[in-house]
Amino acid sequence: MLTYTLRRLLLAIPTLLLISLVIFLLVDFAPGSPMSEIPLTVPPEVRQKMIEAMGADQPVFIRYLLWLRQFFWVEPAGLIDGWFGTSLAEGQQRIISWQTRSPVFVTIGQRIPQTLTVIGSAYAIGVLIALPIGIYSAYRQYSWFDQLGTFVAMVGYSVPTFFTGVLLIVIFSVNLGWFPSIYDTTLKVVDWDSFIKQVMQMALPVTVLALFNAAEISRYTRASFLDNLSQDYVRTARAKGMSEKTVVLKHVLRNSMIPVVTVIALGIPSIFAGAIITEQVFKVNGIGAALIGAIHANDLPMVQTLTFIFAVLIVLFNLIADILYGVLDPRIRYD
Amino acid sequence: MADLAAPVLDVRGLKTVFQTRGGEVHAVNSVSFHLERGELLGVVGESGSGKSVTMMSLIGLLPSPPADVRAGSVMLGDRDLLKISAAELQAVRGAKVGFVFQDPMTSLNPVFTVGMQIMEPLRRHMGLSKAQAETRAVELLELVGISDARKRLKAYPHQFSGGMRQRVMIAIALACDPDVLIADEPTTALDVTIQAQILELVKELRRKLGMAIIWITHDLGVIAGIADRVMVMYGGQVVEQAPVKELFGNPQHPYTRALLKTIPSLTGERADRLQVIEGQPPIMTAAPTACPFRDRCAQAFDRCARENPLRRAIDGREVGRGHDVACHWTPEVAHA
Repeated sequence: MLTYTLRRLLLAIPTLLLISLVIFLLVDFAPGSPMSEIPLTVPPEVRQKMIEAMGADQPVFIRYLLWLRQFFWVEPAGLIDGWFGTSLAEGQQRIISWQTRSPVFVTIGQRIPQTLTVIGSAYAIGVLIALPIGIYSAYRQYSWFDQLGTFVAMVGYSVPTFFTGVLLIVIFSVNLGWFPSIYDTTLKVVDWDSFIKQVMQMALPVTVLALFNAAEISRYTRASFLDNLSQDYVRTARAKGMSEKTVVLKHVLRNSMIPVVTVIALGIPSIFAGAIITEQVFKVNGIGAALIGAIHANDLPMVQTLTFIFAVLIVLFNLIADILYGVLDPRIRYD
Repeated sequence: MADLAAPVLDVRGLKTVFQTRGGEVHAVNSVSFHLERGELLGVVGESGSGKSVTMMSLIGLLPSPPADVRAGSVMLGDRDLLKISAAELQAVRGAKVGFVFQDPMTSLNPVFTVGMQIMEPLRRHMGLSKAQAETRAVELLELVGISDARKRLKAYPHQFSGGMRQRVMIAIALACDPDVLIADEPTTALDVTIQAQILELVKELRRKLGMAIIWITHDLGVIAGIADRVMVMYGGQVVEQAPVKELFGNPQHPYTRALLKTIPSLTGERADRLQVIEGQPPIMTAAPTACPFRDRCAQAFDRCARENPLRRAIDGREVGRGHDVACHWTPEVAHA
């Protein structure tokens, strides 16, 4: 298992290097100029100076190699400096956003908490409600509970989040006035009142995303559970006189979680990347919003870095899914 | 004091019906049989004759719905298994009645170790501690002929061959020293040499442990080798029942005779083609009012379509005790 993990991690390096090159080139070849958001009154020679100052006039391979060095050496070194008070990255150029002229990772550091609180908790809640619903639906197949669950999941999965988001805003913010429609990023949770406020402003975006995630995962859980409920080993467990609880929550659960865990693990990178639309609808100033803003402003370093981080997360969670697969299923332990 | 002469299992008038979209299917129709202490009862019939469903009905292993055990009594000792609660029945399954199923490749849970699966009933029914259960599990694996047992406890089913998995299934079924072992075609999915090993193992275990066994199969050759008594089933009912020698020597029911003709012989000249029984067993969509075998029977006459034959003894002994058959045909009919 350890050898397998190490081998996969080593294999991930060339994969990620290739991905980073492809991302860099694709983003670079896209039309547009980092000066497109600079007022037209700025004279061309000044523009030229600005472009040179940012290094944007350098050939693409030089910028790529510089970016590689900054991403894999300077930024981690800076992180270590921050923890241990060393000065490994002292005086070295970090990845600078063309838009804000500040390090890209400073912006990311500011945006990540919003995304994690809203999108992350939506995912966690989605998973937590999806599993019991999926299990019970399968156990009582074709019961009214199952029919209702199927219907809700169908709706939750097929209606896009920008529609449910706006619908919830119209009902609960505009008409009923229960929840705010705009997420206030500046709110700090210091006491009970501000905590309640935070919960209130999270309620709508979390509901929208949790419904969507729960719909998907509960369907997977149900299908996987149904597959396993009719297996011979379930009959064996019953014939051994095990209680229904043991049969279902031990024998069947462990087997049916194998594919579901993969789906859940592979969905985690989308917490960071995929909730762009919901962040826009509720004005959550998270990482998705940062990406959209950077694309609008032709802020290539920001776009390249964020996209590459998403790629790293996807590769990482693929590996985690594979390892969990091996942990849950002895038949495919990699040794 | 339990009567030692009393059968360990006594089933009377068992009826099981499946509710399906197309209506009811009467899978088991008034099946009665008993099992003496230490006896091996062979149950024979082709696929769909109700052998497995009968045995699963006894012990509440059929999912309900769609299955519905309608009538009858299943006396295990002095308790009627059809009358006790679901929790009481759970305490009987695995403890008093052990089950071995057909396909050892799928009957074990792939994600748990063999040891855990053997220890599970031990801990539940016999209240053993983990260490005690482990000791007993090692004993059981050795009993069913698996060497290096302590190490093998930590193995997973996929690391075992088919024959070894079936040995593990037998170990699980015997874990709590049951009164009755029900083996549902335990050798069908195994290749022939392994079949022979499993048969030998069961014979040996029976000598050592003395439990009563119900052996379901469609292989008459297997039955001839191990059974004391044979029950032939067709269309969800018992059509013939006799001690094994009597059944092979003097088969009465046309279905039994046809079954016997389907066995290839290794000795003598191969003069004729192997016999087959034409057609399919019926799907019983209603309680039978006629003989279920009449459409495939060469001896059928008008009475067979009018009434379903009851089991009658042909040797003057009580039905179920000697040789009995459910057929209207007698030599007198032929001469009439």
